Amino acid sequence: MNEEKRKQYWRANSNLIRNLLIVWATVSLLLSILLVVPLNSITFGQIPLGFWMAQQGSIMVFVVLIFVYAIQMDKIDRKYK
Amino acid sequence: MSVKIWTAILVGLSFMAYIYIGWRSRVKDTKGFFVADQDVPAVANGAATAADWMSAASFISMAGLISFLGYDGSIYLMGWTGGYVLLALLLAPYLRKFGKYTVPDFVGDRYYSNIARLVAVVAALFVSLTYVAGQMRGVGIAFSGFLGIPVSYGVVIGMVVVAIFAILGGMKGITWTQVIQYGVLIVAYLIPAVAIAWILTGNPIPQLAFTFSDIVQNLNQVQVELGFEEYTKPFANKEMLDVLFITIALMVGTAGLPHVIVRFYTVPNVRAARYSAGWALLFIALLYTTAPALAVFARYNLVDSLHNHTVQEVQELDWATKWQETGLLTVEDKNGDGLIELSPDKEISEIKIDRDIIVLSTPEVAKLPAIVIGLVTAGGLAAALSTASGLLLVISSSVAHDIYYRIVNPNASESARLMVGRIMVGFAIAIAGYFGVNPPGFVAQVVAFAFGLAAASFFPVIILGIFHKRTNREGAIAGMLVGLIFTASYIIGIKFYAMEPWFFGVSAEGIGTVGMVLNFVITLIVSHFTPPPPAEVQEMVETLRSPG
Repeated sequence: MNEEKRKQYWRANSNLIRNLLIVWATVSLLLSILLVVPLNSITFGQIPLGFWMAQQGSIMVFVVLIFVYAIQMDKIDRKYK
Repeated sequence: MSVKIWTAILVGLSFMAYIYIGWRSRVKDTKGFFVADQDVPAVANGAATAADWMSAASFISMAGLISFLGYDGSIYLMGWTGGYVLLALLLAPYLRKFGKYTVPDFVGDRYYSNIARLVAVVAALFVSLTYVAGQMRGVGIAFSGFLGIPVSYGVVIGMVVVAIFAILGGMKGITWTQVIQYGVLIVAYLIPAVAIAWILTGNPIPQLAFTFSDIVQNLNQVQVELGFEEYTKPFANKEMLDVLFITIALMVGTAGLPHVIVRFYTVPNVRAARYSAGWALLFIALLYTTAPALAVFARYNLVDSLHNHTVQEVQELDWATKWQETGLLTVEDKNGDGLIELSPDKEISEIKIDRDIIVLSTPEVAKLPAIVIGLVTAGGLAAALSTASGLLLVISSSVAHDIYYRIVNPNASESARLMVGRIMVGFAIAIAGYFGVNPPGFVAQVVAFAFGLAAASFFPVIILGIFHKRTNREGAIAGMLVGLIFTASYIIGIKFYAMEPWFFGVSAEGIGTVGMVLNFVITLIVSHFTPPPPAEVQEMVETLRSPG
C-alpha cells in the first residue's frame, strides 16, 4: 500500500469511527441522561421512553454499532487491499 | 432431591468440566501461556470475554442494586456495556495488530520507555488485585450459603480448581473454561428470569415483559403509595451531572481494564478482534438487558407478597422463612399491628431487604424446582471463577512478562519465562485466596478505584498512542501520573477522610472522568513542548493503522 492510499484508508476509518461515536454519545449520554426528563413524557410500549433508552435501548444500539463498524471495515479493507 | 444435593451435583459437574478443559489445553510455550497461541475464533473469544467481564457482582448483585436505584441504576447498565463500543472502535483492532502480550507491553514499546512500562505495570497490578479479592470472596460465600461449607473451605476449593486450569493451560486453559463458564452463567441467569416474567406478566421474554406489560406502571404506583419516588423517575438518588460522570467513568474504565483488553490479543487477526468485540457485547447484553427487567419483577413481587400482609401470611412463605434465616431478609412487626409494612423510612420500615437476594431468591419465589436453584449457584460460581482467572493471568503476565522478561532479564530463555509465568499464577492465586478468607474492610470501597484508575491511566495514553503520532514518552508519563494521582487522591479523600466532593459534587465513582480528561490534556501539552518520538516509533504507529 503506498503513502497516498494509506492516508485515504486511515481517513475512511477515522470518519467511520467519528460517525459511530456520535451515535454512541447521542443514545447514551444525550438521550438517556441529559434529555431523559423531556423524553420521559413520551411513552414507549408501556414505559417512559427515556427510561427505556437508558435501561434497554442504548445497550441494543451499542451492540449494533460494533457490528456495523466491523462490517463497514471489511468493505474498506477490501477497497484498499 | 433436595436443593443441597442438586447444588452439589451441578457445581461438582461444572468444576470437573473446567479441570478437564484445563488439562486438555495445557501449553508448552509462552505464546500459549500468555495469549492462547493467538488462534481463538472470534465467537469463542466473545463468549470468553463476556464471562471474563461479568463477575460475581454482575451476576448476583447488579439486578438487586438496580431494583433499589430505579432509573439511576442505569449508570451500571450503560457504563458497563458502552465501554465495549470504545474498545471495539478505538483500541482492540490496533492492540491486536501490535500483537504482543500485555497492555504494559504496548505502553512501554510505544513510548520507548521502561518508566512508562513500569507505571503501566503498577496500575495493572493495582486494578487487578483489588478486583480479584472480591471474586474469591464471592466463591466462598456461594459455597457457604448453598452447601453449608465454611467460607474459608469454599475459597480453598475455588483456588484449587483455578490453579489446575490456569497453571497448566495459562491463557489457553482460561479461555476455553471461560467459554463454558459463559454458557453455565447465562443459562442460570435466564431460566429464573423467564419463569418469573411468565408468572407475573404472562410474557416469557423478560425484555418484552418489561417494556410492553403494565408491571413498571404498577410498580411506579405502588412506590408512590408507599412514599417512595416513582421507580422510573430520573435522578432520585444522584444528581444529573454525577450520573453523567459516573456513566462515562465506567464506560472508559471498562475499555481500559487490562484483563478485558488482553482478551483481544488472543484472536487470529485484526478483523477477528473487531467481530469478537461485537460478539462479546452481544453475549453481555443478553444478561444486561435481562437484569433491569429482573430488577422490576423482583421488587414488585417482594413488595406485593410482603407489604400489608399479616405476620402469619408472611411466615407461611417458604422462601421468606429461608432468607430470614440467612439474615439477608428481615421482617419484623415493629408497631405490633399484626401487619408487615414497607416504608422509605428505615426506622419505621418493617422489611429490610439485602440487594443480593433479588437474584438469589428468584427461583424460589417463582417456585422453580430444586435443580434450578442448584444451577443458579453453579452460575454464580462460574461468573466469579471466570473473572478471577482472567485477572490472575494479568497479574502473572505483569510480573513474569513485563517486569521479569522485559525489564529485569531480557535474555531469559523461553522455558524460564514459562516457569516464572506458572509460578506467578500460583502466587497470585494464593494472594487472592488470602484476601478471600480475610477480606480487607475496604473491598467494597475500592471498586470505584478499579474503574476510575483504569479510566485515568491507560485509556488516554493508548488512544493517543494510536491516533496521535506526536504523543511522546514525556507526555505519556506525565499524563498517566497526573491522571492517577489526581483520581486516587480524590477517591481516597472522599472514602477515607470524609472530604467534600469539591468538584461540582461529582462522587468518587465519577471522578475518573475528570482524571481521564486531565490525562489527555497534560499528555498533549507536555508532548507538544518536548521532542517528538523517534522515527521508528512513528513508523510503528503507521503500521498499526494499516490493515491486515
